[in-house]
Amino acid sequence: WPNRTVQSFSRRDTSTLRNRKTFPLSEKTFQTPSTAVSKDKNSRTGGQSSEDDTHRVLLMLVVGLSFSTRLYKITEPPHVCWDETHFGKMGSYYINRTFFFDVHPPLGKMLIGLAGYITGYDGTFPFIKPGDKYEHHNYWGMRGFCAVLGSFLPIFAYLIVLELSQSHTAALITASLLIFDTGCISISQYILLDPILMFFIMAAVLSMVKFNQQRHRPFTAPWWLWLVLIGVNLAGALGVKFVGLFVIVLVGLNTVWDLWRLLGDLSLSLVDIAKHFLARVVGLILLPLFIYVTIFAIHFVVLNKSGPGDGFFSSAFQSRLIGNNLHNASMPEYLAYGSTITVKNLRIAGGYLHSHWHLYPEGVGARQQQVTAYLHKDYNNLWLVHRQDNNTSQSGTPDLVRHGDIIRLEHKETTRNLHSHLHEAPLTKKHFQVTGYGTNGTGDTNDLWQVEVCGGRKGDLVKVLRSKVRFLHRATGCVLYSSGKTLPKWGWEQVEVTCSPYLKETPSSQWNIEDHINPRLPNISLSVLKPHFLEILLESHIIMIRGNSGLKPKDNEMNSKPWHWPINYQGLRFSGVNETEYRVYLLGNPVIWWMNLATLGLYLIMVAVASVALQRGFSLEHACVLMRGGGLLLLGWLLHYVPFYTMGRVLYYHHYFPAMLFNTMLTGITLDILLKSADLLLRPPYSDWLQRVGQMAFLFTVLYSFYLFHPLSYGMTGPLAHEPGSAMAGLKWMDSWEF
Amino acid sequence: MAGDVETRGCVSGIRVAESRISRLEMLQRPLVVTAQVDLVLVLVSVLALWTRLSHLSYPNAVVFDEVYYGQFVSLYMKRVFFIDDSGPPLGHMILALGAYLGGFDGNFVWNRIGAEYPSSVSVWSLRLLPALCGALCVPLVYLLTLELRFSHLSALGAALLLLLENSLIVQSRFMLLESVLIFFVLLAFFSYLRFHNTPDSSWFRYSWLLLCGASCAAAVGVKYMGVFSYLLLLGVASLHTWNLIGDQTVSVCVQCVCRFVCLLVVPVLLYVFWFYIHLSLLNRSGPHDQLMSSAFQASLQGGLSRITQGQPLEVAYGSQVTLRSSASQPIPCWLHSHKANYPIRYENGRGSSHQQQVTCYPFKDVNNWWIVKDPGSQELVVGSPPRPVRHGDVIQLVHGMTSRFLNSHDVAAPMSPHAQEVSGYINFNVSMAAQNLWRVDISNREAESEVWKTILSEVRLVHVNTSAVLKLSGVSLPDWGFRQLEVVAEKLFKGHSSSLGWTVEEHRYGISQEQKEREAELHSPTHIDVDRKISFWAKFLELQWKMLTVKQEDSEHKYSSSPLEWITMETNIAYWLHSSTNAQIHLIGNPVSWGVANLSLLAYQLLAAVYLLRRRRGFKDLPDGVWCQFVRLGCVCVGGWVVNFVPFLLMEKTLFLYHYLPALCYLYLLSPALLEHAHTHLLSNVTHRRALCVCVAAMLSSVFLSYRTFCPLTYGSPELSANQLQGLRWRDTWDILYRRR
Repeated sequence: WPNRTVQSFSRRDTSTLRNRKTFPLSEKTFQTPSTAVSKDKNSRTGGQSSEDDTHRVLLMLVVGLSFSTRLYKITEPPHVCWDETHFGKMGSYYINRTFFFDVHPPLGKMLIGLAGYITGYDGTFPFIKPGDKYEHHNYWGMRGFCAVLGSFLPIFAYLIVLELSQSHTAALITASLLIFDTGCISISQYILLDPILMFFIMAAVLSMVKFNQQRHRPFTAPWWLWLVLIGVNLAGALGVKFVGLFVIVLVGLNTVWDLWRLLGDLSLSLVDIAKHFLARVVGLILLPLFIYVTIFAIHFVVLNKSGPGDGFFSSAFQSRLIGNNLHNASMPEYLAYGSTITVKNLRIAGGYLHSHWHLYPEGVGARQQQVTAYLHKDYNNLWLVHRQDNNTSQSGTPDLVRHGDIIRLEHKETTRNLHSHLHEAPLTKKHFQVTGYGTNGTGDTNDLWQVEVCGGRKGDLVKVLRSKVRFLHRATGCVLYSSGKTLPKWGWEQVEVTCSPYLKETPSSQWNIEDHINPRLPNISLSVLKPHFLEILLESHIIMIRGNSGLKPKDNEMNSKPWHWPINYQGLRFSGVNETEYRVYLLGNPVIWWMNLATLGLYLIMVAVASVALQRGFSLEHACVLMRGGGLLLLGWLLHYVPFYTMGRVLYYHHYFPAMLFNTMLTGITLDILLKSADLLLRPPYSDWLQRVGQMAFLFTVLYSFYLFHPLSYGMTGPLAHEPGSAMAGLKWMDSWEF
Repeated sequence: MAGDVETRGCVSGIRVAESRISRLEMLQRPLVVTAQVDLVLVLVSVLALWTRLSHLSYPNAVVFDEVYYGQFVSLYMKRVFFIDDSGPPLGHMILALGAYLGGFDGNFVWNRIGAEYPSSVSVWSLRLLPALCGALCVPLVYLLTLELRFSHLSALGAALLLLLENSLIVQSRFMLLESVLIFFVLLAFFSYLRFHNTPDSSWFRYSWLLLCGASCAAAVGVKYMGVFSYLLLLGVASLHTWNLIGDQTVSVCVQCVCRFVCLLVVPVLLYVFWFYIHLSLLNRSGPHDQLMSSAFQASLQGGLSRITQGQPLEVAYGSQVTLRSSASQPIPCWLHSHKANYPIRYENGRGSSHQQQVTCYPFKDVNNWWIVKDPGSQELVVGSPPRPVRHGDVIQLVHGMTSRFLNSHDVAAPMSPHAQEVSGYINFNVSMAAQNLWRVDISNREAESEVWKTILSEVRLVHVNTSAVLKLSGVSLPDWGFRQLEVVAEKLFKGHSSSLGWTVEEHRYGISQEQKEREAELHSPTHIDVDRKISFWAKFLELQWKMLTVKQEDSEHKYSSSPLEWITMETNIAYWLHSSTNAQIHLIGNPVSWGVANLSLLAYQLLAAVYLLRRRRGFKDLPDGVWCQFVRLGCVCVGGWVVNFVPFLLMEKTLFLYHYLPALCYLYLLSPALLEHAHTHLLSNVTHRRALCVCVAAMLSSVFLSYRTFCPLTYGSPELSANQLQGLRWRDTWDILYRRR
């Protein structure tokens, strides 16, 4: 019985599918999913023009609804909302050309800055904290830009699902879910990186799907076009946030799969396969890499003034920035006794040697003063260079420090000496502890360090900024070392400094003298070696990655866990807390999100049933769309969701949105196939009715839930939800929602 | 080398051949038992036993992690409850079984590595079971290679590699768990493959599958790490089952169900069973009680149950109670108040209400007593009959010793300014009215009007005026608050959090209305009696959850290492150093075998890649049967290595070299099989084959030589001189100890 239906279906399918423009020349090699094109929206006898018309009309409908929901009330509230305080500020930095440091790559903020610049924002608004009024500043341009990109998400989703399933119903289900999801609306309406990121992710997936569709016409113009578009969008996604890596993995897996298919095609010669391979290397690796690097190049060229991000970077990097004290620096050239210096570790993002009026806590080595590495510029980074015997000559030019000299480093602020002894270091137990010891420069023999210039010989002078210096502890023979591990709260989350008994020369054990103040020596203008662009690139990446992993959740702060997200457990307050304020709460439309979640389970069940049936030799009509198309989307969802479980950094609800997009597309395909499978149960006229009723019920549910929850996105004032007079009265379905 | 040797008349029967003839004829024939004994197998087993078991009680001192496992063994002997987050209880129980058989009474203080065992402790029996498991791994590897359908020579090679691996020997010879884990993992794979290779017709083969399920449960029960191998085995099994489903000629329902039961249901049940034994063995209260809920503690002998035994179950108006916070972080504590007020101004300049402090105090104290009062009456005694407090009732809480009412108001709490201060109300006539009504909200209720029960109910106290919830903030107060923990009322409670819940722990019906009498009553111990039990499932779930969530502060250990260092054996671990001489024991692998293992891993991957690519292009280098064998080898061995190694890269725990040993065993399985594959299928030329044989012989002898070389560090004897020790330091990063003389 099922076989008969399949045949009748596929006969009809080919007749309708043939009308599509992208249909390949040869029918035999064509393996598109044998699915009926949406039945409710077009007449089955319709020709090419009516098919196209339907498509155009539906697309226009999606576009119209998408833009209108996103751009509605775009200027409200007229104050800084949530992370606008960061990203708006960073957009302003681009307009002011001030150097800053952020854990995300620069493209998103550059685009925000650009959008602001074009729409007449002058970069003067300080973006100090959420809730600040914008007043006369032009903020709508930046918000509008994000909203426009956000409006493309439902459109892209519509096209992707249409391409994967060849079903207008599935595509419309997806589009309506996204258009009427309050979460997607809220997150698109503000100056945030997420709409930009998701735009690139979805564009990359769309190009990938289109590219897959071109597989039977390799090396034609559209084939190349989609390939290049994948590359561009991948670079864009990675350029906005490192989360873009997940979509790169998705495209990578898809490409590997595709290449594997080509390799198995014995009609292709090895030369053809090599061509395919090279084309993908160029389009999916080299091109994105080039664009990505270019983004950074623009970033460094635009930001040429000293700003708040300087201290994170090496001395060489800082010398590029106008206004930094190392830019065209002038200071005594050689290290001398009696000088005040700062010492910077050479490990990337190594920090300055630092100490402060705090002791190591009990149980952590000896209870002496902490010595750490600190990334910011601070007067506690200053150290005085002394001879071991303390008799610094008071007159004339001071003596210079040479390779092999024994010195004592005194912390300027606390007058303790840099000291080490045979106690375990706080975190790196294999190393020794480094402390500040003594008062007014009087300590013991454990305060003596031997200066060694890397690659130097006995008697060589120590060049400021340019020499790599190591400090060997006299008594134990260990070397001053920065482990890069972050100390717990007692150490103010600064970086651990130890004395390592392993004497291998690594950047962690090498230091350079950055500031050098000695009034009795002439200042000489130093042109520090300008760092190479690739060095800057590498350095900024390592600093970003370290910054990202350094965002640890704070104690006493309710942090969001990945399992909270799919069940819509808790949202984020974008604006306002009290009854009098204008409140916006980022929370997905619970009906839609829970439907997504349920459909995910449903999908797994359907796939399991279908694959067992196939394995036992039955044939099913929709299995191909379900497994191929759905499988791709499920993979996308997994890739954008599961990695968060392994992340140690602090997580937020909005991290789930890319995964949610994939989930929604999967919902579209699954529900469509579920409704279509009605004919497995009922005879034709009844099954069609059932299908129609199901679609109507779905549409009504989505629209009604949007009507109920729309104040979350478009703002609400007045009493909170638990009071009867509120706009959201009775809608606080979970205790954890805060509106 | 001799393969099978057939001996007639041997007693130990491996296969008994019975003639299928009539009984009469049978009687006429002589009784014949035919047995096959694989002498090689016997030989390697004997060697394994000898390497693992000889001089087992030397050194007669606590070696490395024995100090850790030993304390649990002692607690088993004393049947005292403990909780160990490092693994499920089966491993500890196996160690304890050894101790029990040796007559260990648990009276030994496990406080430092190197402490001498007294003569009363039978060291040999403590170490026997892990050593036996370690020794049995060797014949298991031999059999496993045969089941992978490789020859006896390969099997012998694998057994030898395992036999001569110094790190496995060291790890087996002490009271440690890795050898037990490896044993069960190998047993699981062996029995599964035996099941798979036995022809379909016999039902007997399901006993192998059952054994496989049981060993999986044991492996997971010894260490969580066993989960990795279990999952791999499930993957292999489901692949086989999938192929079975694809076979449309047979009905597969029963087979699938059997496999499902043996490989999923049985292991889960057994895993729970380990906990059942664990909990029925440990029935006395002990040092880790505090981590568990009050109900759990009350089920243990001594400790809380002695106090709570015979308490009234239902909290009534007039009850005297102590309220324990449900949060075990940062420390378990009880709601507390004392005669000291909040300072008028805090150090940062914020003001307070200056009313009486309410804190959470981690010790039993008379100031932890509170009296449940009906707001509508002045009575502080329980009426007769007692009026129980139900879910949703509004109550007041009166501090027993100071008679202050538990109060909260719109004043910022001392350490968490976003929350409300909680105080014992004092009327200073500053127009700050008392807001001392609290609604009882039983969060684990089953019915809407459930009665508040001692120990069993977890309640939230909701402040009626502000709808804030009484909460342990987890921050400790400064000196003015005697470093006790801060208690606040938080307005927007977010979902479920254990810091919001409170349980009545000690409870009695108050009988004295007068303050003085009441104080005396509070000082007197509790009495009265009721009996209550919690079910095994509740205890199991709570214990399992606690074991997974209780995190000890992880810090780097002197001998800890990162997973990438294991491949090259960058670090060693010093296990023991003689108290006066240079005799010492280290966890150092056999460097030659280690290298062979790494090479074979690389070689397999390269070879598999080449084969795969060529097959995809239509060149079938191997016949289908051989290809299947090759794939199966990869799935089990390379797969086993991957699942036992890669997860460690993602872990943030302190890791040691011994975590790599299970992964290493898979590689030792791989190496000889791969060599055999190369010999039979890659090399066609006779000279090449001979060269390979010579190489293998050379390799095996160098494995043996390096085993000999490191023997002194493996067995701790003979003692070496400083120079000899220096000579054994093959890598700069190894930490070998010298005693300065």
